[in-house]
Amino acid sequence: MAPSPSYRERQELMDAGRLALTLSRIGHEILERHPDIRGTVLVGVRTRGVPLARRLARVLREAAGVEPPVGALDITLYRDDLTTVGPQPVLRGTDIPTSIDGRTVVLVDDVLFTGRTVRAALDELIDFGRPSRIELAVLVDRGHRELPIHADYAGRTLTTTRDEVVQVRLREEDGDDRVVLLERAAAPAPRARKAPAAPTRAPARAGKTRGPSRTRRRRR
Amino acid sequence: MTPPSYPHRHLLGIEPLEPAHIQAVLDTAEALREVLDRPIKKVPALRGKTVVNLFYEPSTRTRASFEIAEKVLSADSLSIATSTSSVQKGETLLDTAKNLEAMNPDMIVLRHSASGAPHFLARHCRSAIVNAGDGAHEHPTQALLDALTLRQKKGRLEGLRVAIIGDVMHSRVARSNVWLLTKMGASVVLCAPPTLMPPGIETLASVTYRIEEAVEGADAIMMLRLQQERMTGGYFPTVREYHARFGLTAERARRAGKDVVILHPGPMNRGVEIASEVADGPYSVILDQVTNGVAVRMAVLYLLLGGAET
Repeated sequence: MAPSPSYRERQELMDAGRLALTLSRIGHEILERHPDIRGTVLVGVRTRGVPLARRLARVLREAAGVEPPVGALDITLYRDDLTTVGPQPVLRGTDIPTSIDGRTVVLVDDVLFTGRTVRAALDELIDFGRPSRIELAVLVDRGHRELPIHADYAGRTLTTTRDEVVQVRLREEDGDDRVVLLERAAAPAPRARKAPAAPTRAPARAGKTRGPSRTRRRRR
Repeated sequence: MTPPSYPHRHLLGIEPLEPAHIQAVLDTAEALREVLDRPIKKVPALRGKTVVNLFYEPSTRTRASFEIAEKVLSADSLSIATSTSSVQKGETLLDTAKNLEAMNPDMIVLRHSASGAPHFLARHCRSAIVNAGDGAHEHPTQALLDALTLRQKKGRLEGLRVAIIGDVMHSRVARSNVWLLTKMGASVVLCAPPTLMPPGIETLASVTYRIEEAVEGADAIMMLRLQQERMTGGYFPTVREYHARFGLTAERARRAGKDVVILHPGPMNRGVEIASEVADGPYSVILDQVTNGVAVRMAVLYLLLGGAET
């Protein structure tokens, strides 16, 4: 899955080794704050938050001997733009394997950007019970919040422009472990050609992207 | 991997759908079923959308299941039973629909005794139209919930041998199921008395007049209700004789495959097309069908009303 030609890689933010170290650090930070990890549930936000949450659970098992339960949250039904995004987003389902009442829930996602996904995730979680506390762990915090939301654990915090895209690639979903910063390629000057050039699209499915790049397509 | 998607504005029938569209509805229903097991069975997905359920024929399951699906997804809905509406004063279908549309609903769910009624509305209305059963033509959400049930119980649809038995002539459920199952690679055998087998149906599925032959080795048996309210002539001598020749008894069910599942779209005529011991027996998945009905209707609502309008 190569990024679409309208975006090009500007910088590698993490390679596989760095990504593993970062997750290990986040895991230890969680443990530091919650020495009794038994009261904790990790909930990954689909798509890439879920494999990240599973990896964090393994880090915790190795460090504390206890593996917390891992859930998966599909926030699609709670999106604030559900009726304005292009075609209906594909549903993959939510799976919370245990009661979250009175426990600490650590939400896990790959990139924290506007905060709207986290808002939706909070609303959905609350429909499953009343956790004593909800925290947020992300691999990359890229700024540009539109809501009063912050990460309790961030693998890396960086300043980006809105045109850029932080792409997290994970073995489980994309075949390799990598975090890259993409930037919009300068659009080539339109030349008079027989056939009009195909419209360029943001890399909608090539790894999760968080950027002002949601493709809007018309529905019949 | 391109994600499955449903590209149509309406759901009028199974016949015009491609296998990928059917797959998209089933996968979406599978993802949505979990919502029904939550402590709070409500998600905000369709807030601000309005759905009108317009039922020109009696219905318990289909209507209740559409209403629950609408409420779970937070759509506002109202149901109009024509027996207590201005239809009794002679208003035409189109006038009723146009007047309802003047109140700006986003979707109309229509059940009507005339085949093609939802297609007619789709041509004249702005709203998304869902066919909840039109005459003896199609009942797409029923076929989809049957398929979801089969997929859950059997793990697949492709290669299944499915017997559809009973009043095929008057059954929109049978037609939708024949389309769906054959599109998804299952093989279908239809069984009915010759008088209740519509002419020409053998181009769509294989046909037999002996229930023993239909049931033999079947992975699934779908029983159809004997629709006596639609019968205008003498199609069979007596109900007792119909049961004796075409009713699904425990003895007949034993001829089927070892893990056969038995479906019925309801309402059942116990002791007519299906014996009570079979309907309540271990192979019956009739109540799973009802639960899946809600999930399938949620999927249809989501696929037609979620996403951008234009």
